[in-house]
Amino acid sequence: MTRSDVQLMLDVKAGDDSSFNLLLQKYRTPLVNFLYRMVRDTATAEDLAQEVFLRVYRARKQYSPSAKFTTWLFRIATNLALNSVRDNRHRQMEVSLDATPVDEDVAPLQLPTREMRIDEHMVERDRADFIRGVISALPEKQRVAVLLHKYEEMDYGEIARILDCSESALKSLLFRAYETLRVQLAPLVSPPARHAGKEAHHEM
Amino acid sequence: MKCEDVSKELIPYLDRRANSADRHEVEEHLAACSACHARAEELRRLWSVLDEVPIVEPSLGFDARMRARIAEEPQPRWFRWFVPQPRLALSIALLLAVSVWMSRLPQDNSGLAGSAQSEHEQFQVIKNLDVLENYDVLSKFDALDEVPAEQPAQPDKQNDQQQQDDGG
Repeated sequence: MTRSDVQLMLDVKAGDDSSFNLLLQKYRTPLVNFLYRMVRDTATAEDLAQEVFLRVYRARKQYSPSAKFTTWLFRIATNLALNSVRDNRHRQMEVSLDATPVDEDVAPLQLPTREMRIDEHMVERDRADFIRGVISALPEKQRVAVLLHKYEEMDYGEIARILDCSESALKSLLFRAYETLRVQLAPLVSPPARHAGKEAHHEM
Repeated sequence: MKCEDVSKELIPYLDRRANSADRHEVEEHLAACSACHARAEELRRLWSVLDEVPIVEPSLGFDARMRARIAEEPQPRWFRWFVPQPRLALSIALLLAVSVWMSRLPQDNSGLAGSAQSEHEQFQVIKNLDVLENYDVLSKFDALDEVPAEQPAQPDKQNDQQQQDDGG
């Protein structure tokens, strides 16, 4: 019989390290992917994922099954990822104070010549990388909401608990996030003939 | 339902998590509003586009590195479990030290009767304290001169003689 995540964690609490290995096997790939989509760097994502598992292991003696295990796991991951993104952004600001701002992930979404920049992206990067870039340009909370909703397929209640907001607020947040993505990814989403007219109408 | 109201329920409708009442309202609105209908179709296509992002596999050394980091973690010890917090540990240690110190203090072995007698003597001293502190009374107290020298060997005879003298 397959043990639930909560039962596995309770077994870890009781001293069974093999149960921790089962949780590691089950969640390392989703966690690394979530973190990679947040920080867009494989090595950083893996380091953060290890830190998440380490924190879970360290907190095993205090674990109480008050919520789903994944809520706890991804809440830790979200906090670590957001801290990492903020630290990295802060470092980049310090380094590039005298440099020309050429952040390719953010600048194309803010410049009026966005169509040209998107075309450049399509040439320079593959389609998937472009999509990742657009997702990572979302505001922090919207980005986390989309990743947990679309890729982790979490229910609204669980995402709301991770983001510490109401379900109603989450639905509005998700709608705004998907609307932004729909506009920014219009070249991939809409038939080519319909792009120009729609962007002005749906600009957020 | 207006276009603004649909915005909040459109995502739950598209991911099939809306309840039947909300689903019915959204469907009615989409059937009547071509702009919202087009938006819903684009959101569906957006989700297909988002699915194109491939899954990243953790590196081969991920598990080994994780196991190594877990192995480096200090193992819990029995006294850590027993004493979870330093403040609590300090409090218990102080309590034990005070208990040991109290237990080694010299104890009065005379019992309750002895203790009661001692209290009575102390009360008598306190009661006569004013007299003892009054030097004028003490200096004119000639009766003190008549107190015989201490004769502990024959206390009974001395008392009898004193009574005879008083009576004679």
